Amino acid sequence: MIASLLSWFTDAETWAGESGIGNRLLEHLWYTLATMVVAMVLAVPAGLWVGHTGHARWLVTVANSLRAVPTLGLLLAASLWLRTLPGDLAYVVPSIAVLALLAIPPVLAGTYGGIEAVDPAARDAAYGVGMRGRQVLWQVEVPNALPLILSGVRSAVLQVVATATIAAIVGLGGLGRFIIDGLALSDYAQAGGGALLVAVLALALEGLLALVQRRLVSPGLSGRPVGGSRKDDEDAPREEPGESTVDLRTPA
Amino acid sequence: MIRFDGVTKQFPDGTVAVDDLSLTAPTGKITVLVGPSGCGKTTSLRMVNRMIEPTRGAIVIDGQDTARMDQAQLRRGIGYVIQHAGLFPHRTVLDNIGTVPRLLGWDRARTRERSRELLERVGLDARLADRYPTQLSGGQQQRVGVARALAADPPIMLMDEPFSAVDPIVRDQLQDEFLRLQDELDKTIVFVTHDIDEAIKLGDQVAVLRVGGSLAQVAEPAYLLAHPADDFVADFVGRDRGYRSLQFQPSPRLPLRSERTVVLGERPGEAGSAWLLVVDEHRHPVGWVEPGRVGDRPVEDADLHRGGTLARADGTLRGALDAALSSPSRRGVVVDDSGALIGTVLAHEVLSAIEDTDRPERDERDPVRGGAVDVAGEQA
Ligand SMILES: Nc1ncnc2c1ncn2[C@@H]1O[C@H](COP(=O)(O)OP(=O)(O)O)[C@@H](O)[C@H]1O
Ligand SMILES: [Mg+2]
Repeated sequence: MIASLLSWFTDAETWAGESGIGNRLLEHLWYTLATMVVAMVLAVPAGLWVGHTGHARWLVTVANSLRAVPTLGLLLAASLWLRTLPGDLAYVVPSIAVLALLAIPPVLAGTYGGIEAVDPAARDAAYGVGMRGRQVLWQVEVPNALPLILSGVRSAVLQVVATATIAAIVGLGGLGRFIIDGLALSDYAQAGGGALLVAVLALALEGLLALVQRRLVSPGLSGRPVGGSRKDDEDAPREEPGESTVDLRTPA
Repeated sequence: MIRFDGVTKQFPDGTVAVDDLSLTAPTGKITVLVGPSGCGKTTSLRMVNRMIEPTRGAIVIDGQDTARMDQAQLRRGIGYVIQHAGLFPHRTVLDNIGTVPRLLGWDRARTRERSRELLERVGLDARLADRYPTQLSGGQQQRVGVARALAADPPIMLMDEPFSAVDPIVRDQLQDEFLRLQDELDKTIVFVTHDIDEAIKLGDQVAVLRVGGSLAQVAEPAYLLAHPADDFVADFVGRDRGYRSLQFQPSPRLPLRSERTVVLGERPGEAGSAWLLVVDEHRHPVGWVEPGRVGDRPVEDADLHRGGTLARADGTLRGALDAALSSPSRRGVVVDDSGALIGTVLAHEVLSAIEDTDRPERDERDPVRGGAVDVAGEQA
């Protein structure tokens, strides 16, 4: 098995041309990206709105129940229904739509949950210093909710990368091609190679998003050390009777 | 001046948190709202910046009804210090402090400069500027909360139990710094606490609320201690109020006697009495010794009894009495401004002085408001 996998991966044929790994990988990435854009354009604003206003919480429940819909059945039904669309669109639109439906629940739940979980004292302080609703949302709620929002996005990306293989079923490309074609031809090296590629891509994207999260989330929330000063520094917080204006002031 | 005019707050669930409260917080003074938990202090405070809207009545600031002002603008003009600091966890200390200036449209450079100035003003090390709130101690967070409230130099400050979450020693120190700061800044402050000692220490005027949110009494601290309006206030103000009220009584000229002393490190010489006062080379008292025990050798640090407190000649009667009561020799040590010994005084001499002082006169017509700060000179 390992030997045949290796020979599949090392065969120049596997990498070349339209049906080579390079192109399939790009197609797969493109489906994932398009799906995430659609899902986030819908789910992030909705989550922010529900979280900020507390209105229409049922939206989150409804979205969560979407997770129960069988993806494959839905994809076939949608393809039948949309088969009159011109050219590739007849396959691309239903595929992206079905994948987006999969991505919306985690993004919506993460966004709404993140806003909801913001420390009420911070929100109260935001209004108390004179921020207006929008300022509270963008200057306080969103930055504080970012870890949960991004973890929703990450779990959606993982699911979409894994599930985008089904696009091959309705005749599209992507890494799913290797799996579907491999299975059809009983070429298990090809099928296994495709599955492995999906897993590697998922891990790579996960790593990339973890980096993005590190850059975007304030160190005040992640507890990462800032500029070398940590809690256990020599000048770490201490409640001391001697703590005074004079003691603490550094020479200019 | 902030005027509560028959203010009532009833929450949707029917709870009456504040009941027909009428009260004036004079300009440039600290008005403390004090009372047991749940008596409506926080609710009263939050109605000033309209974080809570009154059900009935009005709150008027310098003649303007707050109900007719833009909420966000009203709040930007009022410093608000929240109980557990309520700092923004995602912002650095400096950015937390600069919040209101940024909302008011100051540019980045001016905001940072102002924030640094405030950091120093509230007694925090400049190196804390780029820390995040979770990296600060409770006391430090509280100071940042005060700095944030002061950032845009608002004439009014609302403070909700700002010092209650820190340990007693830090609290005492924060209170002293707060009073020093107020001495320079002269803000109109409404300060909420459940701690009557804090109220007495900080307030120019203290309003006692009872559960149900009605005003029990409002008066200057000395008046409150001398003339509680009813049993509730008397109970709440607590025991020792006679003794504590002495802290508002400046010492008259006390009959001081001169005291024989020995300088630390020298021999006591002939034992005149059971206790001998030890001073340093600047005549600053450092403690008492029993010459009988020291004998013929020089007085050492280890010989000292340090139980006695020092009273300042221009201090309060409480300080003078405490010095006498705490002194092992029963002679209270009195010092001058520089801390140098002037003489000693006996407890019965302080008590005679106390008997000769006047207590604040009771206003028979208005036991509840008789001792309040006079605001006759201010615009209604
Ligand atoms: N949002 C609210 N809804 C209902 N009751 C409230 C609300 N906020 C406060 N209360 C009640 O109002 C009373 C006064 O509360 P509060 O002003 O917080 O008291 P304090 O600050 O003096 O402890 C309490 O009985 C409290 O339970
Ligand atoms: Mg309270």
